[in-house]
Amino acid sequence: MHVVVCIKQVPDSAQIRVHPVTNTIMRQGVPTIINPYDLFALEEALRLRDVHGGEVTVLTMGPPMAEDSLRKALTYGADRAVLLTDRYFAGSDTLATSFALSQAIAKIGETFGAPDIVFTGKQTIDGDTAQVGPGIAKRLDLLQLTYVSKICSLDLDAREIKVDRRSEGGTQMLHGRLPCLITMLEGTNEIRRGSLDDALRAARSQIVKWSAGDAGIEDLSKCGLRGSPTVVKRVFAPTVRTEKAEQITTTDKALGDLADELIVEIFARQPALEHELAFDASA
Amino acid sequence: MTLTANQEIPRPAVGRAGMKKELPDHFKDYRHVWVFIEVERGNVHPVSFELLGEGRKLADKLGVKLAGVVLGPPGDATQLAIAEAFAYGADVAYLVENPLLEDYRNEPFTKALTNLVATYQPEILLLGATTLGRDLAGSVATTLLTGLTADCTELDVDADGSLAATRPTFGGSLLCTIYTLNCRPQMATVRPRVMAMPQRTNKPIGCVIQHGVLMVEEEIVTKVLGFISDVQSTNSNLAYADVVVGGGLGLGTSENLKLAKNLARVIGAEYGCSRPLVQKGWMPADRQIGQTGKTIRPKLYIAAGISGAIQHRVGVEGADLIVAINTDPNAPIFDFAHVGVVTDAIRFLPALTDVFTQRLSPHSRDKLAN
Ligand SMILES: Cc1cc2nc3c(=O)[nH]c(=O)nc-3n(C[C@H](O)[C@H](O)[C@H](O)COP(=O)(O)OP(=O)(O)OC[C@H]3O[C@@H](n4cnc5c(N)ncnc54)[C@H](O)[C@@H]3O)c2cc1C
Repeated sequence: MHVVVCIKQVPDSAQIRVHPVTNTIMRQGVPTIINPYDLFALEEALRLRDVHGGEVTVLTMGPPMAEDSLRKALTYGADRAVLLTDRYFAGSDTLATSFALSQAIAKIGETFGAPDIVFTGKQTIDGDTAQVGPGIAKRLDLLQLTYVSKICSLDLDAREIKVDRRSEGGTQMLHGRLPCLITMLEGTNEIRRGSLDDALRAARSQIVKWSAGDAGIEDLSKCGLRGSPTVVKRVFAPTVRTEKAEQITTTDKALGDLADELIVEIFARQPALEHELAFDASA
Repeated sequence: MTLTANQEIPRPAVGRAGMKKELPDHFKDYRHVWVFIEVERGNVHPVSFELLGEGRKLADKLGVKLAGVVLGPPGDATQLAIAEAFAYGADVAYLVENPLLEDYRNEPFTKALTNLVATYQPEILLLGATTLGRDLAGSVATTLLTGLTADCTELDVDADGSLAATRPTFGGSLLCTIYTLNCRPQMATVRPRVMAMPQRTNKPIGCVIQHGVLMVEEEIVTKVLGFISDVQSTNSNLAYADVVVGGGLGLGTSENLKLAKNLARVIGAEYGCSRPLVQKGWMPADRQIGQTGKTIRPKLYIAAGISGAIQHRVGVEGADLIVAINTDPNAPIFDFAHVGVVTDAIRFLPALTDVFTQRLSPHSRDKLAN
């Protein structure tokens, strides 16, 4: 079988700083990583391949340096990597991104065999939208299974799949058909340490690099800023409240007195709470 | 909106082709604000009411009507959802009633909502950023080839009537305001608990517009085999709790988490945590509070041993009263907490729990003892 995994190279946002004056992101020296949510998708794809045979292709759209993330994915054990890179993609919102990626997936299908499953992570840590997966599914007319917490069974001959899907307040058990697009929930598995063989292979591997034209994209007006109905008009830092917390310090007080003082303070500020606290306990 | 790793944040690019707010003629008749009313297993998700409150403000500013959209099987639950939509401010309701819409499945819901939009042409369509809402919104926006802004924290309309949708980006370190140009409807999702819950009124049911869905069961690939509710499990009701106790890495060990849980139990609160605790496997993911976890809006939030990183902050800022317990007087959490206690949480939590217990009514104390 053939599985395509879409990954994204993102700045390690834990290390991002915002310039205090210009409110812009300071990227210098900020390391990039594979979007952590995508690793759950990649691991799930590798597990399916290990059981059912076949190949895993990783795909990313991004600047030339996104090659690093693809190589990393190869060291985890992916079989092939495709980098979709072109200046026409700059400024893509989720609609334009899902267009470009879906075109590339179609091209991957023509070149290396049609995918049975396309995986993405639940969302990215920089955009946080969770929209690209559903966008790709719609564009390719694939069945969409989002927030999947478990692949319960996969029958390649019958072209059937059963999954658990996270929903509000519970888990939905779904039956679907291949080909499909799955967005994987976090915490569902743990990415493997690649083998030495994989590392050596990754170092030697040629990464397939496609421009918009290579991927068969003729209508460039659907890409990048031009293909993006949403536009960022203003970027700003969240307003910071200026008054600091009123601090109660301990040094000279017994903890019980401090607790008393805190509770008095809480009820002074939120009188209604006095009757509501322990609501459950007194119900 | 997606920002690729290496690309600068798009600046206001006035004059660039993509920035022109010139709406093609065929979109000029798009009117009214719609809120998708999320009904799952008979219950309306409270985020739908929060959205009706926000939608009301937008509709009033634009001088248009506010509509609730209900998709569901024929029956009481669907009718009740409509009544609730009116009670929370809708002027009109659009209804697609069909047995195909019993459980949530992407295909029939996408088709039903897309058809409604194409037929009745709203200018703004809002959905909750729930697992259902995000799944549906992405498909509908792509089908309609329109813009969708995820997880907004603020919605407003501009002088020229366009929707200004503000959302956090880069894990909450920045906010950006996003417009949908040249396309309609302007779509946005909003997380539960970000907008305030509006007042419920006794408004009688108004005009309901019924519409069909052109689909049969055989065309739908997905089948629902079952559902396991969280009620039978230990999953949390964090988002809607009035009082929340949060524990962070400052508690030191997974064993110490019971200090926070104990306090929560005594005062009838829910408990949650910062992200590293989930990553360490000390708490399940649905107890994480913050940007990539739950947004909470309690009357009281007690944060113990939490530093107050921006990603945590954006999830708790809606709390009426934030009490922080931290050994470091310079911890960032004191920048947004209202009351700070500079002390060792591991020693202080048991003391606080004790004093609270003494203050509880004898009745609640008996209950707790059992
Ligand atoms: C993309 C992304 C998304 C994220 N999403 C979230 C999110 O949703 N939610 C979230 O919480 N984080 C999130 N984070 C992580 C966030 O950046 C912080 O790393 C995290 O919130 C820190 O957790 P903490 O405060 O518990 O731990 P630390 O930062 O380690 O802070 C521990 C605090 O405890 C104090 N302390 C130590 N000992 C004691 C003691 N005995 N008593 C009292 N205080 C003590 C210390 O002074 C310190 O302030 C995200 C990060 C990224 C990159």
